[in-house]
Amino acid sequence: MTTITRPPAEVVTAPRPPSLMEQARAYWQRLRGGEMGSLPAVLAIIVLVAGFGIAKPVFLTPLNFANLLHQSAVYIVAAMALVFVLLIGEIDLAAGWTAGVTAAVMAKLLVNHTVPWYLAILASIVTGVAIGTLLGTLVAKLGVPSFVVTLAAFLAFQGVLLWLVDQGQVILITDPVILAINNNSLPVWAGWALYAVSVVGFAAVQLVRRARRARRGVSHDPLSLVLLRVGVVAAIAGFGVYALSVNRSLVRGSVQQGVPIVVPIVVVLLVVLTFVLKRTRFGLHLYALGGNAEAARRAGIPVDRLKIAAFAICSTLAAMAGIIQASRSNSVDGKLGSQLILFAVGAAVIGGTSLFGGRGRIIDAVLGGLVVAIIANGMGLLSAPEWVRFVVTGLVLLVAAAVDALARRRSTTVGLR
Amino acid sequence: MTTTVNSDAAVPLLEARGLYKSFGPVQVLRDVDFSVYAGEVTALVGDNGAGKSTLVKCIAGSHGYDAGEIRFEGRPVAINNPRDAAALGIEIVYQDLALCDNLDVVQNMFLGRERRSGLVLDDVTMEQLAMKTLSSLGVRTVTSVRQRVGALSGGQRQTVAIAKAVLWDSRVVILDEPTAALGVAQTAQVLELVRRLADNGHAVVLISHNMNDVFAVADRIAALYLGRMAAQVKASEVTHAQVVELITSGRSGSLGLPAETTTTNGFEGNGVEL
Repeated sequence: MTTITRPPAEVVTAPRPPSLMEQARAYWQRLRGGEMGSLPAVLAIIVLVAGFGIAKPVFLTPLNFANLLHQSAVYIVAAMALVFVLLIGEIDLAAGWTAGVTAAVMAKLLVNHTVPWYLAILASIVTGVAIGTLLGTLVAKLGVPSFVVTLAAFLAFQGVLLWLVDQGQVILITDPVILAINNNSLPVWAGWALYAVSVVGFAAVQLVRRARRARRGVSHDPLSLVLLRVGVVAAIAGFGVYALSVNRSLVRGSVQQGVPIVVPIVVVLLVVLTFVLKRTRFGLHLYALGGNAEAARRAGIPVDRLKIAAFAICSTLAAMAGIIQASRSNSVDGKLGSQLILFAVGAAVIGGTSLFGGRGRIIDAVLGGLVVAIIANGMGLLSAPEWVRFVVTGLVLLVAAAVDALARRRSTTVGLR
Repeated sequence: MTTTVNSDAAVPLLEARGLYKSFGPVQVLRDVDFSVYAGEVTALVGDNGAGKSTLVKCIAGSHGYDAGEIRFEGRPVAINNPRDAAALGIEIVYQDLALCDNLDVVQNMFLGRERRSGLVLDDVTMEQLAMKTLSSLGVRTVTSVRQRVGALSGGQRQTVAIAKAVLWDSRVVILDEPTAALGVAQTAQVLELVRRLADNGHAVVLISHNMNDVFAVADRIAALYLGRMAAQVKASEVTHAQVVELITSGRSGSLGLPAETTTTNGFEGNGVEL
């Protein structure tokens, strides 16, 4: 009765891994389809480093490299925070002031109540969780657009911070542990030990996963690509640790060397949060929610709870950014976090996280945060006036957002081919 | 009265008897009988507002019904929500497909029902199951299950949505206008898939406006007319023209609703496609 011919069933995907050339071609296809990933950020880093290096050779010294890492940590962690809300198509404009408020909570406990440093940090982070839960609940349960909720919080938290620091006072931080977070460095040997553990761990995870996938006959990368990836990471990290292990002190006779303590903190956040986003159901559902909220709802995903969790994580990471900033500036005042939100959103978007939801990674925050920090650092070395720094950062954010919008349009047209 | 031609058939896998459904004052379904058989494609046809979508949503648990009975394998069952339907193995593929463009084929197929080992997603098992399901359906159009769905064509997306419905040991698969937005070649691919679903033992309900599609794959045709089941017939026993007549006037020769009833309920349910 039917006229349809039925070809024999075939295996959908050959288990044979694609060659490196095929991988490269597939990558080129994805680029053309608008999936730029972190390529713009990597290119920006190369161009900026070369440009500032030529204009101001001191930019390329180990001392400035360490400074750059100290400066970038706060942008990176704040951008990680923003990735979680951007991923589900929301925004948290209050993240910067959340960092300020939570840092003030920590500082007040340290100074006024002589609480030990770990309890002060804990209190600051708990405050972050509470703030995020509140914002997320308002967005998810009341349905108020996150733009409005967090804009309101943007103003309110600014006020709360002023009240906490008693109208423009500066709370000085003297606790040595808190100060160490973003000022001190690891011993040289510890830096190399950390390097060895990280590279071996990364290689092991990559190789074991590849072997397991190959054994069970599902798609996997060619060995050459895996080795290339491990090699590139090992080389870049190795060069970084080497540069940080030489004595960078400008004062004759004094010694200043080693990997800044804040670097392993950022690396741990990178690994843990990437695991959460890429390997857990929670992370997958965040992507699903950002990609198609209706599909997520129909699939039985608890959308409201997921939104609240995303905001809670965002504010918690913002609190960590606040601690890192307070450590760097040795103090908390009424302006801590004032421009952080712009740099954080900029960093996330420059790194390749979409403002439209559904696309974003933690590594985006790291690369984007580095770009933002390089611009700030280089401009500082060029002693560019403050207004130039603002204009340049604004332009970079605009370019990144434009690339994001174009990539999105491109992928829709390619997708509906 | 409904004319049913199923002299040879065993018990229908899914059967609705005397279904009534109204939205406020609008009677959308009236005394509808509808049978679906395993291993067969049942086309559900009817003009806009005839009640096709309402009928399948009652079966799939998205809508409650006012009166009547739904039987599964001959036993009366209560379907009060989509979960009840899913538990019986009734899956519906809506016209908008509900896929996440930013996720890949495997992730979409398992969305909301992911396999895990401990805390971690069991990607390998999910990928294997997805590949197995796609090959059991003879899918050759989806070359890699790790492609983002956003990069797929309309036909491929439809294929993924159907495969997603089949993944869960489903018994009844309801497809709402699967070929509406597709070109000629892709329509052929999807129809081929629909046929294979039935050949694999699924009971398939195909909602369609396109008579060519209906006659290409359907074993039975059920025609709704203004909320009533005009006729449920074997596709081999009717002509194209007869089905069109059933859709537009509710009767065709000896088939369909008695002449007087077709004139008395002329306005009800008109334009209501809920």
